[in-house]
Amino acid sequence: MDLFSNLALGFATAATPLNLGFCLIGVILGTLIGVLPGIGATATIAMLLPITFQLEPVSSLIMLAGIYYGAQYGGSTTAILINMPGESSSAVTAIDGYQMARRGKAGTALAVAALGSFFAGTVATLLVAIFAPPLTAVALQFGAAEYFSLMVLGLVCAVALAHGSFLKALAMVVLGLLLGLVGTDIYTGAPRFTLGLPELADGLSFVALAVGVFGIAEILRNLEGGQGDREVLGQKLGGLFPSREDLKAMVGPMLRGTALGSALGILPGGGAVLAAFGSYTIEKRLSKRPEEFGQGAIAGVAGPESANNAGAQTSFIPLLTLGIPANPVMALMVGAMIIQGIVPGPNVATEQPALFWGIIASMWIGNLMLIVLNLPLIGIWVKLLKVPYHVLFPIIIAFSSIGVYSVKGNAFDLFAVAGFGLLGYVFLKLRCEPAPLLLGFVLGPLLEENLRRAMILGRGDPMVFLTRPISAGLLVLTLAVVVIMLMPRVRRKREEVFVEGD
Amino acid sequence: MASLSRIGSLTAAAILLASAAVAQGYPDRQVTMVVPFAAGGPTDTVARLVAEKMSADLGQQIIVENVGGAGGTLGAAQVAEAEADGYTILLHHIGMATSESLYRELPYNALEAFAPVGLVTEVPMTVVARADFEPADMASFVTYVKENADTITMANAGIGAASHLCGMLLMQALEAPIVTVPYRGTGPAMTELVGGQIDIMCDQTTNTTEQIQGGTIKAYAVTTPERLDLFPDLPTAAEAGLPGIEVSVWHGIYAPAGTPQEAVDRLSTSLQTVLADPELSTRLAELGTAPSPVEDGTPEALSAKLSAEIERWRPIIEEAGVYAD
Repeated sequence: MDLFSNLALGFATAATPLNLGFCLIGVILGTLIGVLPGIGATATIAMLLPITFQLEPVSSLIMLAGIYYGAQYGGSTTAILINMPGESSSAVTAIDGYQMARRGKAGTALAVAALGSFFAGTVATLLVAIFAPPLTAVALQFGAAEYFSLMVLGLVCAVALAHGSFLKALAMVVLGLLLGLVGTDIYTGAPRFTLGLPELADGLSFVALAVGVFGIAEILRNLEGGQGDREVLGQKLGGLFPSREDLKAMVGPMLRGTALGSALGILPGGGAVLAAFGSYTIEKRLSKRPEEFGQGAIAGVAGPESANNAGAQTSFIPLLTLGIPANPVMALMVGAMIIQGIVPGPNVATEQPALFWGIIASMWIGNLMLIVLNLPLIGIWVKLLKVPYHVLFPIIIAFSSIGVYSVKGNAFDLFAVAGFGLLGYVFLKLRCEPAPLLLGFVLGPLLEENLRRAMILGRGDPMVFLTRPISAGLLVLTLAVVVIMLMPRVRRKREEVFVEGD
Repeated sequence: MASLSRIGSLTAAAILLASAAVAQGYPDRQVTMVVPFAAGGPTDTVARLVAEKMSADLGQQIIVENVGGAGGTLGAAQVAEAEADGYTILLHHIGMATSESLYRELPYNALEAFAPVGLVTEVPMTVVARADFEPADMASFVTYVKENADTITMANAGIGAASHLCGMLLMQALEAPIVTVPYRGTGPAMTELVGGQIDIMCDQTTNTTEQIQGGTIKAYAVTTPERLDLFPDLPTAAEAGLPGIEVSVWHGIYAPAGTPQEAVDRLSTSLQTVLADPELSTRLAELGTAPSPVEDGTPEALSAKLSAEIERWRPIIEEAGVYAD
């Protein structure tokens, strides 16, 4: 009963015309910045913080939350249309989504992504409403040992099920891990691989890496082919909406992606990224036609998109129940709350029920708005593909440069984009996939940090990974994946599959 | 000829007038306040509260720009090199003093590269522990930690962070080498403390107040010379027999060295007005801190604080042998 009265209070708060208006502004802004490559939710929310001074606390937080999940929707749009993932989690969407677009199914890919996100958003919002406190308790059980084991599982899965050559996938993950080492070692303060440049003291910029190896590299590849590839894209856009068959193909991945995303989103750090990669891995394993993955499989878009959107919603749980931010965007939300005179912490739900439940209710309303906005817009986005390259490319590069620069206000990151763009082009030529590289880069620092932390806490005893039940369970699962991968039958089949796939 | 000289003198007069206007009319456009940490963090929050109030007083918008990285030294370096016209200023915390010792190669000298404007706030720190940590009060905390030093773990938010500095003082005072676990910022460290993955921490009230009041962590002492109104039951560290643990995270505003005196004075006056603003006190009180006294919102006060703190932390950091570069 409590839940219903709480939700009623939430909807009463979120559904006032004023708050509906701010929710709408938030999701529109979010979609826009998500579509502009490189400009992420973090930069936008940071820029908008001063404006929120003037608003009511609930309204400003509803708007900022709208920007955040709106950007998740918009980010998938660029990942699908121009292979430019704006957030680490949409890097996975780019793999099959972009291939779908190249085959003239851009509209379907966008619709699948939007529907998957909406479904995931709805379920995750309900989860936040019902289970926020118990889920927080579970997340708090995750110490350094558990995180380490989770990262190991994630990385092994990335290698096990990447496309193409096993060796190349492994090499890319390792390269990603190595790139992740650049920066100050948090345990000793020693700078590593920074070449004496203070700009590298905090490591390489994720946005610069993603924009470079995905987007810029893709632009370079397109330039070499003249207008040849372009015709494939522009020729036939296909039906905008998914066929009945497509819908059937996306139900399973959507459900599994939502479950995985909701669970991992609660964990700070790499949760949402792992969810998207994990969902992709699972779908490929379960698929009857794994050879389609990487060539434009619907499940490869529906699963990860549901997973990352579910994760985006549940990442509000630690913020709302503990006042602890799970990612940089949540950290900004903390800032926004403090500026409004609300100090986030364990007491917010009881002291400010209207605010707490209003935000939760607005998430669902916002997701509804997004789908209503996005489905009709698909036609417009798809037309973007018809813009000639000599107009489109400079625009993409200009916007990504602005986006990358706005993250830290640092010109060095622009050189990094150029460098990674070239590197990405070399990878394309060598048929090495950038996605495992990105996963290694994001998870590597977390892997190392938690390994060392677990060892410090365990006084140097490696058994801590096995004596803690959650950690041990994750490691057993990892072992299972490795065994399956090494079983001769599976391995032969895997190679056949991928040779064909190439 | 006469007309030519007339034009000349007119021009000279115009130039004179114009330059007088520059000095008197400061600020005549928006001012950028660089915060050398990420948006949304505690320093950023303080900066935004103060910037909003100062904008109203100056009649020009102060824009907060976050230039994070390398423990705040990147943002500070950027302001050190900025044009000294009063339109680029810096809001930095205690790190301005400690980075002088933590970094062996700094591109600037904190005492020479900046023109101090004034102190903003001094955030007290609290000694806290996971909710089920055994000792009941500060006295038993001291005994317990000394006896169990080899099994207790202490979190901090990274090398050079306020929590790290306070932790070093705590270990020196307790004469107990506690295993220290650095985290990437206060958020993750607090998560693990709330989750009971780690035992103790010393952190700013801006981060701990809500958790202490919510009962998710336990507080033992404050690091100020006097007890805090916020936690009248918490003893000071000195009361509990640990003298020398007096540490607060002080924040100051700086302009680049060479900034016209008029501009520095105008900023300082504005800061003093803001420090007396009851609404700022209310906002800061919610965060567990208070504005600095109005008389500390002056270049002299900040300058004295900065040199004293550089000297105070140098031996502590050198003895601990920790460097951030």
